[in-house]
Amino acid sequence: MRRITYRDALREALREEMRRDSTVFLLGEDIGRYWGGAFKVTEGLAEEFGDDRVRDTPISESAIIGTAVGAAITGMRPVAEIMFGDLTALAMDQIANQAAKIRYMFGGQAKCPLVIRTPFGAGVNIASHHSQSLEAWFMHVPGMYVVVPSTPYDAKGLLKTAIRGSDPVFFCEHKLLYPIEGEVSEEEYMIPFGVADVKKEGTDVTLVATLYMVHKALNAATELEKEDINVEVVDPRTLTPLDKQTIVKSVKKTGRLVIVSEDCRTAGVSAEIAAIVAEEAIDYLDAPIKRVAEPDTPIPFSPPLEQYVIPNEKTIIKTIKEVI
Amino acid sequence: MVNPLALEITRDKLVEIYRKMVEIRFFEERVFELYAQNLVPGTIHLYAGEEAVAVGVCSALRKDDYITSTHRGHGHCIAKAADLKQIMAEILGKKTGYCKGKGGSMHIADFKIGMLGATAVVGAGIPIAVGAGLSVKLRKAGHVVACFFGEGASNQGTFHESINMASVWKLPVIFICENNLYAMGTRQSRVMAIENIADRAVGYGIPGVVVDGNDVLAVYGAMPEAVERARIGEGPTLIECKTYRRRGHSRVDAAKYRPKEEVEEWLAKDPIRRFKERLLQTNTLTEVEVQQIEKEVSVRIEEAVKFAVESPYPAPEEAIEDVYT
Repeated sequence: MRRITYRDALREALREEMRRDSTVFLLGEDIGRYWGGAFKVTEGLAEEFGDDRVRDTPISESAIIGTAVGAAITGMRPVAEIMFGDLTALAMDQIANQAAKIRYMFGGQAKCPLVIRTPFGAGVNIASHHSQSLEAWFMHVPGMYVVVPSTPYDAKGLLKTAIRGSDPVFFCEHKLLYPIEGEVSEEEYMIPFGVADVKKEGTDVTLVATLYMVHKALNAATELEKEDINVEVVDPRTLTPLDKQTIVKSVKKTGRLVIVSEDCRTAGVSAEIAAIVAEEAIDYLDAPIKRVAEPDTPIPFSPPLEQYVIPNEKTIIKTIKEVI
Repeated sequence: MVNPLALEITRDKLVEIYRKMVEIRFFEERVFELYAQNLVPGTIHLYAGEEAVAVGVCSALRKDDYITSTHRGHGHCIAKAADLKQIMAEILGKKTGYCKGKGGSMHIADFKIGMLGATAVVGAGIPIAVGAGLSVKLRKAGHVVACFFGEGASNQGTFHESINMASVWKLPVIFICENNLYAMGTRQSRVMAIENIADRAVGYGIPGVVVDGNDVLAVYGAMPEAVERARIGEGPTLIECKTYRRRGHSRVDAAKYRPKEEVEEWLAKDPIRRFKERLLQTNTLTEVEVQQIEKEVSVRIEEAVKFAVESPYPAPEEAIEDVYT
């Protein structure tokens, strides 16, 4: 099968949906013909679809999302890009109070098919305002779907589903994933929300991972094979809705659970998954649930400091060995 | 006060404008009474005193044009010809309300008539109106969007971000600032060094107009140029309507922060009384006709109250419906 990058897979999804449906349009800072997006995801799209549908905006995150909400409830399907995940804080009222609640508080009258794309993640030395992983903020917002693709295949299929839906979707990307290559079929496909993917089957321990951590989890699993430790790597792919069933089923099989995510440990993605397994499968556990996450700090700048806080293969392996 | 005879406006339209204003006033006074009887859960922000703004604006719109509204939004709904029964039922938290009891007084919407809803976060509806304007432009749909907000909202970042965006993209949005002088208890002069919010339009390269917001024909008269600009793609206009609320900010707020003389001065400029006097002076309406209109409106309001009071509450478990499609 053909191999393309995560970045190209996202762009293909946007291009296909824009060709298929004239109500789909993009807006964001520097996404148009002059720059093509800070991470080049939208490069070339303005040339094909014009500046109206690939719309450069002022640096006004709140108005970017608010405008997207207004367009979505009046018949359009906007895909808004926020250049860095940290900057979603600037638009939080429009995301959490407006987009996510507009259907509910008006008694189901409004349809808000809006996608917000943004990259999270540390590892490129751009410090505290451009590196956080904030997926858990949005898991706490009812009315919003939260999508976390780890591979080019998942990124394309999930983005197409997001664009065709009827509700707001918070679509998390990761800076280090953009250049990663993977197999992506040339035939059209979509991936439903709420269906986890077992990225590697195993029998000794369930390792749940999201976004870039899926790749570190797979590296750790390969390493542990040498020591006859057989790891099952489960990628939820969407955090809202969360495929509890697949996670619980895996834990029932392996009897052990380690969760690795790049966000802060406290009240993070891993906390929710641990709570679900504690509620639904505690009797199947042969060891305590363990979490590998970032410590509760902002992301520092200097490379040794930054590397210290990001979960890596070593910390994953060490944690797995603690429960085996 | 603008002379109705000076505008190109039919008698029927004048009567309709008067009727709408009376509808809002009577509606709000009944909401106040129902609140005192403990029939309204939560809080209320009454529009009484500001009727000329909503009615002046909405009377100049097409039926399918859009509006966005605020926490003080009952008047916008009524002016846009929303159903009185469903508004009242929503305020009382009933299943038959516009939002099935999920929104309440601060969150009424009727998407069928282009009423895109009231947001209770101050200034948050402004970018949403701009988005509706962008949608209209992209779809080449031809509507305009009237965006209501108070002078307090003009200190929010969303006001500045949104008007800049609407201006640079030449979107069909009319920004209607209802300047009632007070953001809750904070007088404008304490938080702004300017007197006219409309002056802010200069910073975004769009026309800014100040009108007497207690003169419905002044508001109505300011609209055609803004509507025309919007429809032909020349972009937005900011219209500031100077007005005053008859009661406090919310619930039982006695508004003691407002000087007595100021209150008296504004009550003397009551928009409904002024307009009625004009209609009588110009022989557009007779006293008997005025009384007839008021009687008809009262009957409709009482029907709405009866409907709302007699309607059932939603079943508790409906609380978990409508989160996702």
